[in-house]
Amino acid sequence: MKRRDFNTLLLSGLAAGASGVPNLWHDGMAYAQTEGGGLTALLTPEPPMLVLPLNQQQPTIVAGSKIYEGLLNFDFDLNPIPQLAESWEISDDGLTYTFHLQQAARWHDGTPFTADDVVFSCQVMLMELHPRARGNFERCESITALDAHTVQFVLKEPFAPFLKAFEAGSAPISPKHIYEGTDYANNPANDHPIGTGPFMFKEWVRGSHIHLVANPDYYVDGQPGLTEIFFRIVPDAASRSVALESGEAQLSSWNDVEMFDVDRLASLPHLAKTSQGYEFFSPLLWYEPNLRREPFNDLRFRKAMMHLLDKSFIVERIMFNQAKAATGPLCSTTPFYEGDVPDYAKDAEAAAALLDDMGLAPDADGIRARISFLVVPAGEMWTRLAEYFRQAMAAGGIEVTLVSTDMAGWGQAVSNWDFDMTNNLLYQNADPALGVARSYISSNIRQGVLFTNTEGYENPEVDRLFAEAAVALDPAERQRLYSEVQKILVAELPVLWVAEQQYPTLYDNRLTDVIVTGTGVNGNFATARYA
Amino acid sequence: MSQFLKTFLRRPAGAVGLTLLVLVAAMAIFAPLIYPASPWEMSGIPFSRPGENGMLMGADTLGRDIAAGVVHGARVSIVIGIASTLTALLIGVTLGCIAGYAGGMVDGAIVRFTEIFQTIPNFVLAILLVAILTPSIGTIILAIGLVSWPPLARLTRAQVRSVSTREFVQAARCQGQSTLSVVVRHVLPNAVSPIIVLGAMTVAAAILIEAALSFMGLGDPNFMSWGYMIGAGRTVIRQAWWMSVFPGLAILTTVIAINLVGEALNDALNPRISRA
Repeated sequence: MKRRDFNTLLLSGLAAGASGVPNLWHDGMAYAQTEGGGLTALLTPEPPMLVLPLNQQQPTIVAGSKIYEGLLNFDFDLNPIPQLAESWEISDDGLTYTFHLQQAARWHDGTPFTADDVVFSCQVMLMELHPRARGNFERCESITALDAHTVQFVLKEPFAPFLKAFEAGSAPISPKHIYEGTDYANNPANDHPIGTGPFMFKEWVRGSHIHLVANPDYYVDGQPGLTEIFFRIVPDAASRSVALESGEAQLSSWNDVEMFDVDRLASLPHLAKTSQGYEFFSPLLWYEPNLRREPFNDLRFRKAMMHLLDKSFIVERIMFNQAKAATGPLCSTTPFYEGDVPDYAKDAEAAAALLDDMGLAPDADGIRARISFLVVPAGEMWTRLAEYFRQAMAAGGIEVTLVSTDMAGWGQAVSNWDFDMTNNLLYQNADPALGVARSYISSNIRQGVLFTNTEGYENPEVDRLFAEAAVALDPAERQRLYSEVQKILVAELPVLWVAEQQYPTLYDNRLTDVIVTGTGVNGNFATARYA
Repeated sequence: MSQFLKTFLRRPAGAVGLTLLVLVAAMAIFAPLIYPASPWEMSGIPFSRPGENGMLMGADTLGRDIAAGVVHGARVSIVIGIASTLTALLIGVTLGCIAGYAGGMVDGAIVRFTEIFQTIPNFVLAILLVAILTPSIGTIILAIGLVSWPPLARLTRAQVRSVSTREFVQAARCQGQSTLSVVVRHVLPNAVSPIIVLGAMTVAAAILIEAALSFMGLGDPNFMSWGYMIGAGRTVIRQAWWMSVFPGLAILTTVIAINLVGEALNDALNPRISRA
């Protein structure tokens, strides 16, 4: 007997024995999985809302992506696959993108989905609300509906990764008939979000759970495979582990489970683990020096620091193998990755030689340089990274003083360039032009804005290569340009890349086809079902 | 003096407390000799159990020796305990003396001011101060001192009030001694016993506040402290109990020791308790 059947039996038995009314308990057991196949997933922390166009925080996307959809999704190799767009064509000059939309798609209130919704979303609503979408659709000369189910985007100049802009989290399509001409943030529909996705909003009990039910009119036959989804909000990490362990929850993603607990849970007989499904995001972790300050403006000092760091220690002991050592500015899962770059192995002697060469001789206490490090106040891993950095640098005679702050203070200090060193982690968003160039091009040195070129790196050659690669249409040409820029960056070390974070998704192994695309749990779960 | 020591040591609380306290103090003083390497050194094998791989109390998630942390942590706890108590004493005794000796309006104003502080929960105010001033050993001492002075001020005020009405104080005033001299040379020495006892208890409370602050991640990140160790080990308590248990025991021992010493001091300094 399967565990879920057993549980059902046990519960009905208990209920029958206790009250004589078997169904009473079934209704009360909101989280138990129903016979048709409901899913209880963990969600951390509780999102502020579910309306994807208005909010793009991680938990909002995880839950909201089941309700809202984009025109496209992406497979594990980041090739586009259909979602709301059935098919698409790109003109030879790379300027005109034509999308043919799903004919059968309807909004959850029954209104048919049309090209006007796409035009309204991309031209009006997202331009106002979604910073990343604005960056992409600003490149458009025009966005027009050719007929009820055809949309055409015409670009001002070619932009190679333009298709990547149509992923659900990057450009969620919203209903024109509900939002047009309204105050988006205060639209009453925000409490009951309406999308085109395979799951419809049912109920949200704040602090407890979000309940979605299957969309019976979904435009793909036989989907969704699940009858309902509960997103349970459990604030404590240890309780989340217990929920997975006991079978109370059947899915965890992103940071739901503490890294050191992942392997233990993955080894349980009823759970499976995958690190696939984060290819679209590909987070890269690095140590960031402030290149405006001494001694970080000297390449020899940055090289010495890199030689003092042991990436495998960080991967194994701080990230508990939920990561992979990074080689440069691109994750190995990001398109146009170049692996043939200089390697900075842990080598204390090489570091000492570089520091000697700079004239930084050890003083009476054996100290060559004193620097401070701004600890990222985002949890255990970040504190350990800072503590490791201090110990690793001490081995080379660099004394590091750790500075604590709160999240607002960190954002303030880093975006206003008031730091010596810190850590940073950025998503690559499936293309170097979307998620990598922003950290190194000099036009993106913007005081007061986080996740820009905060280290202050300037190199005209790098600027030129990134600019050319973004508009080049031939993939081979893009590869050549990106390979070249990666080699330059690794030689010049604007930041010290250490690890590609690989988030684990843990799920009940009776579930199949849950993680089927490069957007993983941020996908719509239409295919997920119980085997 | 020998009479005092005899009374102190004759109490079991005094003897036990003092022994434990001397042990902890020895740990703090000789830490660099017992564990010459930094307690942050990530040299061991992570998750080693107590006794494994030559580590008496095991290792933490990064392979740092828990025993080294406990020994070095004693320094931070004791330094913070004593320094913040001295800060509290400085504020509390000064205000208490002024209020108790001056009386009248000044007394009323100071007592009201003290009450404002007493209505705010200690720990919440300490968190707030440390968060605003950015966590470092100096700001932690200051914050704990600032939240610990009111009981000292009230006690001092009461003591000073009762002592300052005695004949010998009036005699000193009649001789024309300055107010400062009267207070410092005649009033305070005769009011000091209960303040010493309360001061000892304040040290214990300060160590606990520091541990709680570090546990919450508001400690000085450059000093290994017991509260920090418990905070860092808390998340892995199911896999590695030793990471939080040993520093916890260290806090427990130290606080008990100081409380026992305080108790015995109270008895030894109290003239009404029989010395038979």
